[in-house]
Amino acid sequence: MTRYLLGRFGQALAVLALTFTAAFLLLQVLPGDAIMIKFMAPEMALTPEQIADIRAAYGADLPLWERYLSTVGQFVTGNFGYSIQAGVPVSQLLATNLPSTLLLASLGFVAALILTIILAATSNMTGMGWLRAGLQSLPSLFISVPVFWLGIMLIQLFSFQLGLVSVISPGPVEKLVLPVMTLAIPISAPLAQILMRNIDQVLAQPFVAVARAKGASRNWVLWRHVARNAILPTLTIAGVLFGELLTGAVVTEAVFGLSGLGGLTYQAVGNHDTAVLQAIVVISALAFVVINLIVDLLFPLLDPRLGIKVGATT
Amino acid sequence: MSTTPLLEVEDLAISYRTGDRDQRVVHGVSFKVMPGEVVALVGESGSGKTTTAQAVLGLLAGNGKVEGGAIRLNGTDIAHWSQKRLDGIRGAVVSLIPQDPGSSLNPVRTIGAQLAEVLQIHKRGDRKTIQARVIELLERVGLTPAEMRARQYPHELSGGMRQRVLIAIAVALNPALIVADEPTSALDVTVQRRILDLIDELRRENGTAVLLVTHDLGVAADRADRLVVLQGGRIQEQGAVEDVLAAPSSAYTRRLLSDAPSLGKPRPVRVLADNQDFAIDVEGLTHDFPLTGGAAKTFRALDGVSFKVRRGSTHAIVGESGSGKTTAVRSVVGFLKPTAGRILVDGVDLTTLKGEALRRFRKHIQLVYQNPYGSLDPRQTIARIVEEPLLNFESIPAADRARKVRDMLNRVGLSESFLERHPRALSGGQRQRVAIARALVLDPRVLVLDEAVSALDVTVQAQILSLLDELQKTLGLTYLFVSHDLAVVRQISDTVSVMHKGRQVDGGPIETVFGRPDSAYTRELIDAIPGRSMPAIAALASQTDPHARLSP
Repeated sequence: MTRYLLGRFGQALAVLALTFTAAFLLLQVLPGDAIMIKFMAPEMALTPEQIADIRAAYGADLPLWERYLSTVGQFVTGNFGYSIQAGVPVSQLLATNLPSTLLLASLGFVAALILTIILAATSNMTGMGWLRAGLQSLPSLFISVPVFWLGIMLIQLFSFQLGLVSVISPGPVEKLVLPVMTLAIPISAPLAQILMRNIDQVLAQPFVAVARAKGASRNWVLWRHVARNAILPTLTIAGVLFGELLTGAVVTEAVFGLSGLGGLTYQAVGNHDTAVLQAIVVISALAFVVINLIVDLLFPLLDPRLGIKVGATT
Repeated sequence: MSTTPLLEVEDLAISYRTGDRDQRVVHGVSFKVMPGEVVALVGESGSGKTTTAQAVLGLLAGNGKVEGGAIRLNGTDIAHWSQKRLDGIRGAVVSLIPQDPGSSLNPVRTIGAQLAEVLQIHKRGDRKTIQARVIELLERVGLTPAEMRARQYPHELSGGMRQRVLIAIAVALNPALIVADEPTSALDVTVQRRILDLIDELRRENGTAVLLVTHDLGVAADRADRLVVLQGGRIQEQGAVEDVLAAPSSAYTRRLLSDAPSLGKPRPVRVLADNQDFAIDVEGLTHDFPLTGGAAKTFRALDGVSFKVRRGSTHAIVGESGSGKTTAVRSVVGFLKPTAGRILVDGVDLTTLKGEALRRFRKHIQLVYQNPYGSLDPRQTIARIVEEPLLNFESIPAADRARKVRDMLNRVGLSESFLERHPRALSGGQRQRVAIARALVLDPRVLVLDEAVSALDVTVQAQILSLLDELQKTLGLTYLFVSHDLAVVRQISDTVSVMHKGRQVDGGPIETVFGRPDSAYTRELIDAIPGRSMPAIAALASQTDPHARLSP
């Protein structure tokens, strides 16, 4: 067990280190940098010498490996550097923007899980064939809907047609309803597809027939035998899909005009604000790695076969 | 015994819906089970025996439908009851012992929880009462220490132990009828015997009737009061076991009886003693597998196994799961490098060969696998499957290859019309013929048959065994025949090695090992062969005359 844990932690750290390095290299090879964009603008009227001084002050004139090492050192100590464009520490930008995005993403993730379970459960518990067929074809519809279009359609329907959600100065909860839906629907689609297929596979297992032969009803079997077995593979995909959620959050924030990591990323890309981008990439990777680590650690709890004991009967 | 039948199946007709048409698989089946009686439904695959049993439990597959007839339980027709109504009697009045203990328990729940479940569903007491009953039941089926077993998960138990759990579930509420659907087909023969004994014991204690579904006439003969023989969804005959076995009225039953390996005569003894030409000579074969969780820990799967196989004869390796027979075979065909020992095939030491030389040597020793469904590529045609080995060795013109493939198919009894078909269009027996043709197309000298007939119905099994016998005579092949089934082994082999936990506990000519086994284990194996209550078997057993002219 300890080996399993250590292995998983090691993998997580390796993924983080590789992401950090890849992001750093990619951001460095981009032509131009934030200093050029900000200080070479004609209205600043700075001489080349002055710009060179500024570059030296930021450490931008150092060789690549030295900059890499110093950035690594900074990140390890929790210092994400300085945004050249905004003129404030990156950590300060993150502190204002991260919580709202994190809230949106987590709510979207939870909503996606709930939606998935509702879809799978109702399609399996209904006795009506047409409803079952309808619910089972929903995921393919959801999966093919682009996030930005979905967002606009939801605003159209709920805000303008039905007048259920106010667009002008909504309350803190009201403000999140449509973005969370926009985010959750496309994520829930592949999850629901996988969960439904797994449920069908588990239902065909002999142990389900044994449970029925004990006198268990269909719903008893579904919740007590099928659910846990079918959720296992779905969980893995849920972890992987979390990456999609981060991209989705950026687009959703733009569509709904929410402030957050999305807006920050957009600006930072425009201004080549490498320090900000580096921090965003690392934070996204960290979130992704943590979610998948949680999934990996949940697995042995859900599936006793993974809690390997040495010398167990095979 | 009362005169009202516990179960009365009358003119039962069942269809499965495939696509948009109904296919009838059970045609007007009628039989009765009296209280406390054991009735065996015997038949080969496709006979409708399992479908009939599932209908009794109201658990037909989703596309199955009872089209006509009645299933009367204590006089009440339950054939058209709703699932909800059936839930009330399943587990309590009628219960199930399933076929495959490996997948019949939920892998993510403890066995205690799964046993308690049947009591919870039928609301038999509070948590404490149920827990006490679970422990009592586990002890009753011989799973001790019960408290510890209750907390274990299915993967921590052996196949036999899992089947004991499933038996405990089936008897928990003391039902009037147990449907046992091939309850021991997936188990080793010695385990099979103990499990069948346990079912027997429990049903006698409680006066429970058993509907025993089996393909094994031997098992049915040993355990049932009455036999119902099914073929193609129709009853061929039924009656008291002794009557059916002594004087079968239908031609089909007679064929089943003559093909059942446990009833068949052993092959005539061939005098091989003067033949000192050995095709396979294995000496001191030892294999250690590394264990995870420590570099120095190993598991000894094979421990100093030695045997010799005379050219043109058949040597059998017999053993139960975990005996090391698979490891032995994989070493002999050169897939595994043994830790120690020597394997001479045609005088060449396999253990010294590697890389290209080993690959080329495989031409001389070919393998036929157990599962005829998994060993053929479903996307290739039969012609392509049989041709493929030829492409791996020296190049042969396409026309010659095609002729060789045709000849080989004819040889195994398949016409040229099979050439362009795909495996899915073939029956199990036809597939195994293709697998044999594929192995023989390279003109090997040694054929390794790894449980090659185990997955087949007895009548098909008998056909494949006689095909193998004929091929051996005409082509002078040497067979290494691996099996868990002693009855089959006795039919086909000249010499035998009995394996147990990696060691060879008995070895030599077949009639010596069967007539005067050296080890207690071999005796136990022989005693566990089902069908010993059959008259023919009893007669055979008494005439085991030690005319052993072979020297080991």
